[in-house]
Amino acid sequence: MEALVAIAIGAMSASGIYLVLRLRTFPVVIGMTMMSYAINLFLVATGRLAINKPPILQNHGAPDFSAYTDPLPQALTLTAIVISFGMTAVVVLLSLGAYIEGGDDYIDMPESDRREDGNAE
Amino acid sequence: MNHFIIAPVLLPAIIGGLIILWMRHDLLLQRVFSTVGSVLLLGAALYLAFHASTGEVFVYRLGNWPAPFGIVLMLDRLAGMMLVLTAFLGLVVQLYAIGSGWDRKGWHFHALWQFQMMGVMGAFLTGDAFNLFVFFEVLLIASYGLMIHGGGPLRLRAGVQYVVINLIGSTLFLAALGTLYAVTGTLNMADMAIKVAALPLSDTAVLRTGAVLLMLVFAIKAALVPLHFWLPSTYANAPGPVAALFAIMSKVGVYSIIRFYTLVFPGDSAVETLVSDMLLPAALITLIVGQVGVLGGRHLGRVAAMSAIASIGTLVIAVSMFTPESISAALYYTIHSTLTGAALFLIADMIAARRGGDLWLTLRPKIQNSGLIAAMFFAAAIAAAGLPPMSGFIGKLLVLDATRLDPWWVGIWATILITSLFAIVGFGRAGSTLFWLPFQLQRIEQQAAAEGRPAPQSPIPPKLEPDEHIQDIGDAVSPTLTFAATGTLLAGLVALTVFAGPALRMTDSIADQLFSPHPYVESVLVNQEGARP
Repeated sequence: MEALVAIAIGAMSASGIYLVLRLRTFPVVIGMTMMSYAINLFLVATGRLAINKPPILQNHGAPDFSAYTDPLPQALTLTAIVISFGMTAVVVLLSLGAYIEGGDDYIDMPESDRREDGNAE
Repeated sequence: MNHFIIAPVLLPAIIGGLIILWMRHDLLLQRVFSTVGSVLLLGAALYLAFHASTGEVFVYRLGNWPAPFGIVLMLDRLAGMMLVLTAFLGLVVQLYAIGSGWDRKGWHFHALWQFQMMGVMGAFLTGDAFNLFVFFEVLLIASYGLMIHGGGPLRLRAGVQYVVINLIGSTLFLAALGTLYAVTGTLNMADMAIKVAALPLSDTAVLRTGAVLLMLVFAIKAALVPLHFWLPSTYANAPGPVAALFAIMSKVGVYSIIRFYTLVFPGDSAVETLVSDMLLPAALITLIVGQVGVLGGRHLGRVAAMSAIASIGTLVIAVSMFTPESISAALYYTIHSTLTGAALFLIADMIAARRGGDLWLTLRPKIQNSGLIAAMFFAAAIAAAGLPPMSGFIGKLLVLDATRLDPWWVGIWATILITSLFAIVGFGRAGSTLFWLPFQLQRIEQQAAAEGRPAPQSPIPPKLEPDEHIQDIGDAVSPTLTFAATGTLLAGLVALTVFAGPALRMTDSIADQLFSPHPYVESVLVNQEGARP
């Protein structure tokens, strides 16, 4: 299972990084989504991979801690999912705005940012 | 006192929420509430800094959960100083935004401003690594909104780049925290310091990876070369007051480096000097890139942005020594470079408002209030280049003094001194193009008028168009307020120069506290209910 999870994280990070380095906003947004998926999976894995172990104590008294998994990484992952979800919405809206105002969806600055005579204003 | 520690986080959160819910259509109410909020925030920050200056470390346990399981807010001298600096900058720049009319160029300016302050304050106060990530996100989300305030194709495009690079930074941050958690099993910074110190030296490969990943994250925020590419177009295209506020944002990265690598990964821990060995060359190159950018910039916004990069370079050179003396110099330089950077962006914005949003360093007709703005630009440029009599000179002297025992000192001194010359020439060229060449143009025009020819270039008329994405002098509610705000920042620099002695004693005591972290760790973990003795 370790190999499977590691390959999944690696494949998603690699494709995420490749897509983030593209020149247009759509692949970049998809790439960042891929990268946040990879990180979420990685965060779950930081609490050690475990099968059939609940993160919540079930019977009081003196519990056997080896029967439980670490709940903290799951809470962190939840936070990370919420934040990356919101951020994806922000970046989609922002790139839509840049596309509508700028006329193209390239991610690098247009010529008018570098040259005075390219300034349309 | 104890509950007061959370006030700098809670106050802007409440006021920002009120502004969005109840007064989103009433700009006057927003201005009043937001300004009152910022004044109260400055008061709270001063109160907390005053208490922290005794040397005691205050802990606030959120929900009264015992550390290291619950999240803690920590108030020590360093946090106190950064709180006051942020609150002062926030208030002054906000007054500038009101006076220049920037706050009516789009929606929710004041609400976003308050949330931005909340995020920065929280990042300085928190004692929990994951909570630091959350506050980074809070301040970043607000800064995305502020960055594209007013709109326009260039600004939105730069905004997309800014958001993308910061999202990648956040992803790295999570990876770093996950790695550190996997090794140490804790996210509380004080507890992590104990766990890292107890790790056997043979088993530190993953820990080192985590420490370096974390440094990369902070280096992105601080815009260290080679992670600085986002900064110039972001700062040059952001609205003037927002770029001025962002002067504190890159310092959040430097603050985090100082906090983490003095508390959790000091030089004698398992990470050894791995991080400082990487920071020093990066900082030297940052300084060179920044000052060459100042020298070669053809756009005043970019010159100011490159000067901000250069100041980060100088700052991190001092930080990378990790001695009490150098951290003290770095903290003095932090105050100086924050105020200088903000003043430069505000002055650039005042010039842009009088040139129809055009900041290219080419010949244009003389601007309104040319004399006063030129004097302010002169003062800010002297401070940024590190010439006497402004505080930049003292700051640079302290950095030089702090690096004299380093084996690389010749290289460090040569870089700092030679690049200072670049900055002087760069700022001199920018200033003479902006303020002196127009007189030449005036003479040509007078000649043309005397010979009965039409003037080659007419002055730029002010215009009132609230929907425009550039801010024009015609939109300014109160130009006096903009001058007063910029003047206050410059007055802060003068005060920092005149009271350099007390300021240095303060930064010395902060550095001493940082290098004896035992009381910090003890106040979190030992002095609490139910703690094992």
